[in-house]
Amino acid sequence: MKADFEPIIGRYMNLDLSRRSHRIYVEEAGQGAPLLCLHTAGSDGRQYRGLMNDSRITANHRVIAFDMPWHGKSSPPAGWHEEEYRLTSAQYTAMILDVMAALELDRPIVMGCSIGGRIALHLALDHPERFKAIIGLQAGAHVDPYYDLDYLHRPDVHGGEMAGAIVSGLVGPDAPAKERWETLWHYMQGGPGVFKGDLYFYKVDGDIRDRVSRIDTRRCPLFLLSGEYDYSCTPEETLAVAAGIPGCEVTIMKGLGHFPMSENPEAFIGQLMPVLDKISRLAAPR
Amino acid sequence: MLDQLKDKVNADAALVRRGRFLSTQFLIEAGPAQWLVDIVEGKIASIAKGPFVMPSWSFALRAPREEWQKFWSAAPPPGCNDLMALIKRRMLKVDGDVHLFMANLRYFKESLEKMRAERVAA
Repeated sequence: MKADFEPIIGRYMNLDLSRRSHRIYVEEAGQGAPLLCLHTAGSDGRQYRGLMNDSRITANHRVIAFDMPWHGKSSPPAGWHEEEYRLTSAQYTAMILDVMAALELDRPIVMGCSIGGRIALHLALDHPERFKAIIGLQAGAHVDPYYDLDYLHRPDVHGGEMAGAIVSGLVGPDAPAKERWETLWHYMQGGPGVFKGDLYFYKVDGDIRDRVSRIDTRRCPLFLLSGEYDYSCTPEETLAVAAGIPGCEVTIMKGLGHFPMSENPEAFIGQLMPVLDKISRLAAPR
Repeated sequence: MLDQLKDKVNADAALVRRGRFLSTQFLIEAGPAQWLVDIVEGKIASIAKGPFVMPSWSFALRAPREEWQKFWSAAPPPGCNDLMALIKRRMLKVDGDVHLFMANLRYFKESLEKMRAERVAA
């Protein structure tokens, strides 16, 4: 039997992030306009496997996803065993810009989901000139905690079982079982306290409600796509953000949940293609 | 309302296996109606229908009857498809030993979803 290799190529890179040395796993597929993809809290870049394996996307896009430090195949920095991981807006922004510089990506399209969708709003506000376009999936300006986050990281509850069970209902009802459980498996594999540390950004530090309406889509086009079944970032929350930003384009994706690219790649790509087509037709900046 | 829960849970060997370290009694409340569910090592030993005079339980799940009906419908609308979605909307209240509920969250979610009406193919 012959190996059936996917077109995805993964490598490790060493670079400094926030003045600490890191070993970061990054994978990519395709050629063309760079499309930098940001995974959700407590997961990793495998969420974009469907896009990287789809020639409709990769024919014209170089799809790149890196695992954030502490996630997937990226290591936590030396000394991690003595500290509590907590993601902040400043670290997250700097990480994305530093990875872009290391990979020599010139004005990529950036697409992030959930925490990645939230940081996409921060990037649209603070660094619009660095991107050709910004796509926020499941992007809201703020989420209030609706359960005690300490359950995600305590020795008498299995962290992986907990993370998977917490997010299982966020997958939309139409997701194929294979992709649903692949998505949940990534959550179950997360390191101790990592999902919780990401949610510090999502639910506390990354609150952008008081600034989000200052995003200027003339400086960088902004597209928001949200799944109908997401109760963490609801369609109403995405619509509220879009309503405050002139020029922001919004799509509510029927039947999809919080992890569109991973839970149901086929349905998601159908929604994403018109957005990518539109971005490809954008005029070059002045 | 919960007539078939016992048989449906006990017939799912994978679910029972995941619950093998779980033995407890919990209360389900749908509006004024109550049930006590007795779980022994992942199997439902009995379900008693209220009203009760002095029920003893580790935790209680309380939601309006119409919320449970939507949750148990064949294709629940957004916001009604998962116990955590009901909690987020402040429609489901969990009282008592929340730790036991959370530590076995997947078991309780999948057990209660057993009561969902079958989706009819379009």
